[in-house]
Amino acid sequence: MILTNLESVPGKSITTHFGLVSGSTIRAKHIGRDLMAGFKNILGGELKGYTELLNESRQEAVKRMKEQARSLGANAIINVRFSTSSITQGAAELYVYGTAVSVS
Amino acid sequence: MFSYGSLALFLAAGFIFGTIAEKKHLKELREKENLLKSIILSTSKKHSFVQQSLHSTLVTGHVVVALDYFKRFVASLVNLVGGRVFSFESLIDRARREAIIRMKEDAHRNGFDSIINVRIETSNIGGSAGKKGGMGAIEVMAYGTAIKHS
Repeated sequence: MILTNLESVPGKSITTHFGLVSGSTIRAKHIGRDLMAGFKNILGGELKGYTELLNESRQEAVKRMKEQARSLGANAIINVRFSTSSITQGAAELYVYGTAVSVS
Repeated sequence: MFSYGSLALFLAAGFIFGTIAEKKHLKELREKENLLKSIILSTSKKHSFVQQSLHSTLVTGHVVVALDYFKRFVASLVNLVGGRVFSFESLIDRARREAIIRMKEDAHRNGFDSIINVRIETSNIGGSAGKKGGMGAIEVMAYGTAIKHS
């Protein structure tokens, strides 16, 4: 499965379009991470726990998108876009979407 | 009396540790940027060698950063009179550079030599810094399509 955020796959041509595929996940932070983050809030700097958490969640969203594309019979996803929104205090939605295509 | 004491303590801790962390981070950023300068970045979709390249993949880099107490305090003062919020500018700039470096590392690990169509997104994940319970945590994400010359 080739993923790209271009409108085509470099060096290959698109044979079939399968339309929009997407994956999303909503994650809440667990209390230990929140406590550490509260502490970091005074000292500043990178919140490693959150970086990791969001990274894992995004990979999960990408995995779901890939599964959807695979079930359609696609072998690439083009024009991939990411979006993050915080729904409530303490929970974030990670959304990824793109166009499933078949390339050769 | 206690609240003034703890305020002063938080401000001092934020200022001292924040400044040390910032200096260290800037040094690291310069070193890593130097190491990864061989990877070419472009925000355009078309590149002269796109047609010849056979391999391409999506690469990403993220970072979540928080403001320190001192910076937030300075920002709330600037908020009264308006103007440039210097304390936030440097933080977000560092976060962006870090996200770009991580994206480049992702490409470098897999042997890619350039990244095209780079997009950078910034989002607030912990609520606004000024609001009660707000963390002022900011996520920066950089992504693009890595390509190989081969």
